[in-house]
Amino acid sequence: MASELFYQTVSELSAQLDAKTLSSVELTRAVIERTKAVDARVRAFNSFDEADALAQAAAADARRAKGESRGLLDGIPIALKDVIAVENQPLTASSKMLANFVSPYDATVTQKLKNAGAVLWGRLNLDEFAMGSSTENSAFGPTSNPWDLTRVPGGSSGGSAAALAAGEAIATLGSDTGGSIRQPAALCGVVGMKPTYGLVSRYGLIAFASSLDQIGPFTRTVEDAALVLGAIAGHDERDSTSFKTDIPNYRAELAARKGPWKLGIPKEYFADGLDPEVGAAVEQAIAFYRGQGCEIKEVSLPHTRYCLDTYYIIATAEASSNLARYDGIRYGHRSKDATDIVDLYFKSRAEGFGAEVKRRIILGTYVLSSGYYDAYYLRAQKVRTLIRQDFLNAYQEVDALITPTSPVPAFKIGEKSDPLAMYLCDIYTIGVNLAGLPGISVPCGFTKSGLPIGMQLIGQPFQEAGLLAIAHAYDRAHEWSDRVPPL
Amino acid sequence: MSAPTDLNIDHVAQLARLALTPEEKATFAHQLGDVLHHIEQLSKVDVAGVEPTAHAFAVHNVWQEDVARPGLPVEKALQNAPAQRGHMVVVPKVVE
Repeated sequence: MASELFYQTVSELSAQLDAKTLSSVELTRAVIERTKAVDARVRAFNSFDEADALAQAAAADARRAKGESRGLLDGIPIALKDVIAVENQPLTASSKMLANFVSPYDATVTQKLKNAGAVLWGRLNLDEFAMGSSTENSAFGPTSNPWDLTRVPGGSSGGSAAALAAGEAIATLGSDTGGSIRQPAALCGVVGMKPTYGLVSRYGLIAFASSLDQIGPFTRTVEDAALVLGAIAGHDERDSTSFKTDIPNYRAELAARKGPWKLGIPKEYFADGLDPEVGAAVEQAIAFYRGQGCEIKEVSLPHTRYCLDTYYIIATAEASSNLARYDGIRYGHRSKDATDIVDLYFKSRAEGFGAEVKRRIILGTYVLSSGYYDAYYLRAQKVRTLIRQDFLNAYQEVDALITPTSPVPAFKIGEKSDPLAMYLCDIYTIGVNLAGLPGISVPCGFTKSGLPIGMQLIGQPFQEAGLLAIAHAYDRAHEWSDRVPPL
Repeated sequence: MSAPTDLNIDHVAQLARLALTPEEKATFAHQLGDVLHHIEQLSKVDVAGVEPTAHAFAVHNVWQEDVARPGLPVEKALQNAPAQRGHMVVVPKVVE
């Protein structure tokens, strides 16, 4: 356990809050001071509201003093990716388009965290509209990886991963459309989880690709992930895609579910392009599970090679549709040079969106356009069925799958200038979104040069409790999360 | 599947209501040509008889009780409007 407050876990801190050896105001101050000390270098935050956070912390302390604690998250500072609405706070999606937008209401996850007593702290940087794998596409400048400030934190939830790794929050939330929680978690040495599609409400999340987007937690430990997930999961009538399913006490289930498990190793995920140090670290993690009596079985997901193309058709098509709402009329950037209303659409969008967003709108519009829909979008949806079936077939034989999260550790800022090279960062994570499955990235080592490595565990639909238990078995037996970056 | 050269960037930008500079057009046409070339391999997959998946866990016919509930007050709904007057969003003239 690290000694600084800002590097401790939710579980450790909530015990101290309950014992009244620590107040939420003290903890929140420690996080604020840490943020002020390091964020000029890390640049994880788009904005924060110190007075608001301290007022929330004081309210949490007052509840505890009266014996009215709302539970383990009461008084814990949690920061949100800047695509999740918090009433009366900025919501920018790291885009010039929304540079001056202020949320008129709370997202459902925000409301749930408030109900749990969490201190909502700051708006975290991302690739503009969550489109990217490095957080370099932010209109407000890139975030740095706390382990090496010349490197990217991953993306698109790079601010969420970097802030947590740097001790600028105790937990954070991100969103994951093709790996945007798990990949930055791996590159920054923290736990990141994408729940099953439909488990967490997207009401109040800025939409990117609606058949893929999910909100999920970044935490220091799997135990904390169970805690935060429990607070945000559940059916919401304001998100018609959210699923009616019972939400167990995920944290209690960690202890209740003991292995050994049957774990599958998809051979297609250990092929060309995998960094040898990443591969070796994941092999070590597999050896750990084998040592615990788990049965390790090679499985095949034969359509893996088609995941990237399927994803970039479906995600861009849905994005081109979702982003049509940014027209300069009701909210967002409005061009001052427009001559008429149609000109206003063209110019507001041209001025408000960055290059990657424009590229994806163009690609998405093209694959949906007359004469191409069947060849691209409809075909991709059919291949998606086959990709999903691969996973479901594998689950006839195994409980979960183990893969690397990212083929490579954190790369240099500016290193990947070619869009296609950047898209390849997500090859191990996007299949999980296409199939709608839960996935979690857990730290499993470091490269010789000191960069974090993550492994991905992929579970069965709505079986988060089982997936978390498998991940926890590894996480509690290792001390990777005790290491802190050299800031 | 169609060849990448089919991408008529002027036409697509028109559909997307997106003004592009000549430089953006040249760059995007080249980059998206590469991406579309990569995507070509999807044409090799046998999808005969395969149903499309729109959502991994499709939920159908979601209904709510038809009960009036408070919505956003007008001031809040319009707080981010670039221009407003009399509780309405102001836009350039639409009809001559």
